[in-house]
Amino acid sequence: MPVPTPFHPRTSGLCGSLLWKEWSGYYAVRSYDTCHEREYYALRHAAGLIDVSPLFKADLYGPDAAALLSLVTVRNLRKLRVGRVTYLCWCDDDGKVVDDGTVTRIGEQHYRLTGNGPLCGWLARYSDGFDVNVEDTSDAYGALALQGPLARAILVAAAGPEIEQLRFFRGRESAIGGIPVLITRTGYTGDLGYEIWVERDRAVEVWDRVMGAGRPYRIQPAGLDAMDVTRIEAGFVLCGVDYFPAHHCMLDSRKSSPYEIGLGWAVNLDREPFVGQRALREEVARGAVWELVGIEYDWDEYEALHAEYGLPPQVTSGAWRDAVPLYDTRGRQIGQATSGAWSPLLKKNLALATVRTGHAAPGTRVRVEVTVEYERRNVGATVVKTPFFDPARKKA
Amino acid sequence: MSEHPHSSHYDAIVIGGGHNGLTAAAYLAKAGRKVLVLERRHVLGGAAVSEELYPGFTFSVCSYVVSLLRPHIIRELELARHGLEIIPLEASFLPLPNGDSLTRWSDPERTRREVARFSRHDSERLPEFSLAMTKLCWLAKRIIDEPAPDPASLAPRELLKLLRLGRTMKDDPTDLRWLNFKLLTMSAVDFLDLWFESDVLKAPMSVSGIIGTFLGVRSPGTAYVLLHHYMGEIDGAFRAWGFSKGGTGGISLAIANAARAHGAEILEQSGVERVLVHGGKANGVVLENGDTVRASTVISSVDPNRTFLRLVGEEHLEDEFAAQIRRYRLRGSSGKVNLALDRLPEFSCRPGDGPHLHGDIAIAPSIDYLERAYDEAKYGDFSERPYINVVIPSLVDPTVAPPGKHVMSCFVQYAPYDIKEGPEHWPERREAFGDAVVDTLAEYIPGLRESILYRQVLTPWDLEQEFGLTEGNIFHGELSLDQLLFLRPAAGWARYRTPIEGLWVCGSGTHPGGGIMGAPGELAAKTMLQSRAL
Ligand SMILES: Cc1cc2nc3c(=O)[nH]c(=O)nc-3n(C[C@H](O)[C@H](O)[C@H](O)COP(=O)(O)OP(=O)(O)OC[C@H]3O[C@@H](n4cnc5c(N)ncnc54)[C@H](O)[C@@H]3O)c2cc1C
Repeated sequence: MPVPTPFHPRTSGLCGSLLWKEWSGYYAVRSYDTCHEREYYALRHAAGLIDVSPLFKADLYGPDAAALLSLVTVRNLRKLRVGRVTYLCWCDDDGKVVDDGTVTRIGEQHYRLTGNGPLCGWLARYSDGFDVNVEDTSDAYGALALQGPLARAILVAAAGPEIEQLRFFRGRESAIGGIPVLITRTGYTGDLGYEIWVERDRAVEVWDRVMGAGRPYRIQPAGLDAMDVTRIEAGFVLCGVDYFPAHHCMLDSRKSSPYEIGLGWAVNLDREPFVGQRALREEVARGAVWELVGIEYDWDEYEALHAEYGLPPQVTSGAWRDAVPLYDTRGRQIGQATSGAWSPLLKKNLALATVRTGHAAPGTRVRVEVTVEYERRNVGATVVKTPFFDPARKKA
Repeated sequence: MSEHPHSSHYDAIVIGGGHNGLTAAAYLAKAGRKVLVLERRHVLGGAAVSEELYPGFTFSVCSYVVSLLRPHIIRELELARHGLEIIPLEASFLPLPNGDSLTRWSDPERTRREVARFSRHDSERLPEFSLAMTKLCWLAKRIIDEPAPDPASLAPRELLKLLRLGRTMKDDPTDLRWLNFKLLTMSAVDFLDLWFESDVLKAPMSVSGIIGTFLGVRSPGTAYVLLHHYMGEIDGAFRAWGFSKGGTGGISLAIANAARAHGAEILEQSGVERVLVHGGKANGVVLENGDTVRASTVISSVDPNRTFLRLVGEEHLEDEFAAQIRRYRLRGSSGKVNLALDRLPEFSCRPGDGPHLHGDIAIAPSIDYLERAYDEAKYGDFSERPYINVVIPSLVDPTVAPPGKHVMSCFVQYAPYDIKEGPEHWPERREAFGDAVVDTLAEYIPGLRESILYRQVLTPWDLEQEFGLTEGNIFHGELSLDQLLFLRPAAGWARYRTPIEGLWVCGSGTHPGGGIMGAPGELAAKTMLQSRAL
């Protein structure tokens, strides 16, 4: 049985649809309405408030905190300045990704790591001899993602004008209605947005303050279904969907390196030793076998295919995540699309896919399986650069 | 002050920077042609325009919701990248004078429960009606996404096309074919009577049949207009209407951005005085400021009447053609009232905020009410108690008004162009017309008057004077059978070509007609490119 998050007293009252899902052992709202559409549009046109408390969190204190994080993750965090956030992943000894998340440097000797799975046990494997204290703060804090073009205006109203200055991937300690919070300019929607971290006992008050400040800006509480569509538009991979944590994979072939899931840019390879470094060096020398790409379906062909059956084209209203095979133009399987969505904004069918590196160049023509009237067919698609949607306001 | 064109040579000049002119320009520019767009007003968009009429409040001055905009145009011109964002309407709300109301939701079960309060029979018929309309729309889509077929032509391609159209219709179940023919000739009310019994449901549905026409809901032919308004689609769902972020001008600006990205040049405050015709050929335009710009191709997006009778001039037209254009019916019948409000309007039948307001709100309490509104118009008056279609876009797109404040857009019918005093007397009656609208609304929203910060009233006369819509017709000509398909704007001239060589048309007065569709502009451009006209 899942347990409630710190915001449950509010989210449960609002979730008229009773559409919940389990997320890391917590109850999480899929959509507050029977359909997530309104929440999706709020995220893209006004602002949505998403309860992301189930994210795992670990706070690291002590002089060696940066050294430990630099050993465990693919990034050199010694250079990360106070008030900065960075996105990264961490690997096993074979250079296969275990999880991805963010690190925020909150103070001189205080860092917070977030991830999709538990963090402390993994850190403990490597922390011997480091002068660092690792605290599992997963349950200690509630987290809210306030995302959308009006997020800044709302947060300025709730937390004060200094939020105006907070730049992309920066964080600062602040207060909402006198309640201490950490605010980071981060999120999973690829838009202007913030995440608010608050002690669990004060979480509901912060929810109320943010919702109150957001009312004139038409804020909407948003669930995971809406967020899922936006994260695909943003081209973000999801652990457990687009790749699998290496330490939980039955098959080696299921594991991925950072280079294979589009996170190669996050790897600082040439530096002091870190977990997986040797294997990653070898992989760079050898070249990765797989690559994560975005694909766009050919709409005309998709429409024509449905017309063959006497049907107008059908678009799924939510994101899907049951992988389908991808073929090259000669019909050989070259990979799989692992999740996708119809983008109401772009009027395109999008998917994230893993393909053999030879088929990863933008513009490459592929074919993707679709099912029409219980029959397996396929339609043409094109490899494109991600993010599919990248508004200037995200970083502005 | 008007700007001057940057170059002296263009492959084509587009007259009018409405969304169709811009669409044509974008497609031509995308194909590598050098295009100049000349817009008379200080802003782009024509009838799809956003203007900050009152500080902090952005209005969709004319058109206010979108659905017909062809999805393939959005993709082909990459309009999302150029700023287009459309937010679907969630509901249709009908407040009733007796304190009750009917809301139709995007959630069909919820709608069924609502409608069942008035008629169980109707509530169960709704899904069948929806299915029939979806099939009809799908059929119609094949007609609106292509140039009109030419029934008089013996060219094999034309015959094939007609055959194909005939064949698709034959494939469809007979009852559907029957329905299609019926639809073309029936009145909106008769058509709805085939399904429904409740006035409360039929009244707000029937109004789709009169938008932009000088006909009543019981007038034959209005069923087609109803279909025209049902044909729109959002994400494959027919009949879905949406708001454009930042107002409907956002659509025009996105198209303009696309056109500019492909190299088109667009000038505002550059009205065209006339089209230069020499030896039966168009070879440029003269601007209102006296400038002359030359090009061997001129494309007009203004209505047929204005294009041919004013910009070209009858002296360049054959009598028969000129007569057809003179007969082309415009007779505008609608007006618009735009309000800036300092608070959310409070409907007495359903107070407070809520998703029922996140869509369109119809003042159409009964079929008799609508017919009475038409009666007054028939005799040259605006309706004292008109049909009003209200939207409050600031509820879903908060960027159009300051926080907590709202814009309210009211589309009003009937406001006949030809009032009995004569159309030029509209300015004297403008505020009385505005009062009638506000008074009507105040019967449902008692506090409305006190909350108005600013009011703009647009009569058909204003639509003509300010927006260049002849006789104030919002669609550049009525959408009646004799003015559609291969008859729009004139028999034999429905393929964007005109009797003047080098002069083309691409506005709402061409196939497939009015509304924010982009289709006339797109199809005109594609036809020109295909026939190597430039
Ligand atoms: C009040 C109102 C409400 C409406 N509501 C809706 C709605 O909700 N949804 C919908 O889909 N449709 C609606 N419509 C219809 C829709 O807006 C129009 O059919 C469509 O916008 C017309 O586009 P267009 O490009 O064909 O012509 P226009 O938008 O009319 O563009 C023509 C352009 O030419 C310019 N022009 C005129 N004369 C000259 C000249 N001599 N030289 C240079 N430029 C000139 C004009 O200023 C204008 O910009 C509405 C229309 C009105 C008027």
